[in-house]
Amino acid sequence: MAIPASRNKQTARNSAPNLATEERWNLRLYVAGETPKCVQAFEHLKRICEEHLQGRYAIEVIDLLKNPTLASGDQIIAIPTLVRQLPPPVKKIIGDLTNTERVIVGLNLTPQVAAKRKSK
Amino acid sequence: MTALSDSASEPISKAASGISGFDQITGGGLPQGRATLVCGGPGCGKTIFAMEFLVRGADLGEHGVFVTFEESVRDLSRNVASLGFDLERLQREKKLAVDYVHVDPSEIEEAGGYSLDGLFVRLEHAINAVGAKRVAIDTLEVLFTGLQDTSLLRAEIQRLFRWLKERDLTAVITAEAGENSLTRQGLEEYVSDCVVVLAQKVQDQSATRYLRVVKYRGSTHGSNEYPFLIDDTGFSVVPATALQLDYEVSHDRVSSGVPGLDAMLGGKGYFRTSTVLVSGTAGTGKSILAAHLAHATCERGERCLLFAFEESPAQIERNMHSIGLDLGKWQKSGLLQVRATRPSLYGLEMHLVALHKAVAAFKPRTVILDPVSSFMSAGTPHQVKTMLVRLFDWLKTQQITTLLTYLSSPHSREDTVVGISSLIDTWIELRDMEISGERNRTLYLLKSRGMRHSNQVRELLLSEQGVALADVYYGPDGVLIGSAKESDQRRRRRDEAFAREDATRNERLLEMKRSALAAQIAALQAAFANEEEEARLAVREAKARSDAALADRESVSQMRTAAGNKTNNGAEVL
Repeated sequence: MAIPASRNKQTARNSAPNLATEERWNLRLYVAGETPKCVQAFEHLKRICEEHLQGRYAIEVIDLLKNPTLASGDQIIAIPTLVRQLPPPVKKIIGDLTNTERVIVGLNLTPQVAAKRKSK
Repeated sequence: MTALSDSASEPISKAASGISGFDQITGGGLPQGRATLVCGGPGCGKTIFAMEFLVRGADLGEHGVFVTFEESVRDLSRNVASLGFDLERLQREKKLAVDYVHVDPSEIEEAGGYSLDGLFVRLEHAINAVGAKRVAIDTLEVLFTGLQDTSLLRAEIQRLFRWLKERDLTAVITAEAGENSLTRQGLEEYVSDCVVVLAQKVQDQSATRYLRVVKYRGSTHGSNEYPFLIDDTGFSVVPATALQLDYEVSHDRVSSGVPGLDAMLGGKGYFRTSTVLVSGTAGTGKSILAAHLAHATCERGERCLLFAFEESPAQIERNMHSIGLDLGKWQKSGLLQVRATRPSLYGLEMHLVALHKAVAAFKPRTVILDPVSSFMSAGTPHQVKTMLVRLFDWLKTQQITTLLTYLSSPHSREDTVVGISSLIDTWIELRDMEISGERNRTLYLLKSRGMRHSNQVRELLLSEQGVALADVYYGPDGVLIGSAKESDQRRRRRDEAFAREDATRNERLLEMKRSALAAQIAALQAAFANEEEEARLAVREAKARSDAALADRESVSQMRTAAGNKTNNGAEVL
């Protein structure tokens, strides 16, 4: 149910693709220590952002082992979890982000970008 | 090595759940340091079970963490406040931590492998914050709707249970009941130590909740379905039957409140802790006998709990006032509690639970149920019997004297109650007797275990001074009671008076005869005496005459002799 709904929003944005380019992206990555999955997730995220959002993103890494109280604020259960704080609405992507396709869809990055990536 | 083998042979230790009745069924509570799965359909009370486990634990000094997947902390606090649980206070006092884990499938996208470390971190943080010994998770299955990778989820849930066990936490995990398995997601495969099933059954429009311990590794447990109740004091489970018939018996006797009845019961009344049945058709005075017992109990300064299923407390008080029993006085003094409920208000099991709770709270020495026959409408005869067996059993173990009334139908007087008669120690049967256009009440003692008791039928007399028992009269035409007995007695008195009069008259006649006879005898004797006298006179005269004649003859002869010798004139010869 949820996934088609987000896709609809995406197609709505297609009519105004330039809007996204002006936006500032605030991303938060929740990890629990330096586990391979967490390290991997950070690396994947960094790569995707560099590719699609160069210069307009910020990644905040929160280690729940150090700050366990922060987990309930964003309702974190899975590790790693990526939370898109800006632009709204809040989006969550869980997992080590190896599935780039789903990250792009999940973050609502423009489909053109995704298509470009695919053609490479 | 020795230490190891010692601990292995030890029975598993248990954590008291604090849930009324549950610890009895399980012989102490939930397995300590292990997880218990509580499953059931919606509205069965899973959340309440889990919450009460923590709230009671907090009272016992075992702090807890409640992880809720379904309700926000605020909603949860508000919902359980109606059960008397003050979550806010417990949280303030650091006895309880509540964490609401919200899983919204619409905002989660899965992109690669993950773990549930977030949940673990939150749990650990909460556990450390309050120093928890207990954990409740309600309902873990929500994760399955929020996350798609079920095989990963299962592995993580398994890891969670292990994790809880490693930390020696006593846990309650709730789960939705599944179609063909205990739980929808088959969680019972992972929680293997203790499984409790909650269910709700509807019969005759009334719903009853049941609890069953399906599995309890390393411990014996009652395996029956136990009814339970959720009310303003939380969860209460009623153990079905005592496992053994080992209650203490009492040799004490308690007055029935009716001196005549006490006399029939070996002169001392009922045994304390016995179960007394008063059966009879409508209007035979069952409730009145019950009220007498209540009165007698309160007079001894003991508490009495009266469950009325057909009358309101005010009605009972008024009715009993008319026979001189002031129950209102005892109610005011707190010795008597009257609880009136409609039998149809809820199911049989709920009644049982409610009775249990009321008795446990009031701690009476005497319990009266008036009448139990009204339960018949709330279930099948078998169910009613089972319920009553359990109730009486339990009341016996509580050292309570129980009196129940039973409205029997006029056609099958004793048959109706046969089902429960084996549980009854003293059975009093009240009957109507219709003779010569009027109805009178009689009382029989059908049985009274363990005492010499009267086998006589007595007449039950109601007056403004209460109940009295009178001997019935056996006339030539059978048993006579009521006004028939009275008129018969009068006739007898009249007959006796007549007989007495007859006797005196006869005596008088006899006396007269005797005196007449005596008079006759006297007259005869007088006449005889007269005759005798005369006869004697005659004899004497005759003798005198004959003597005179003899003398004459002698003198003549003398004279004759003289003439011969001397010349005598002739006259002398003559």
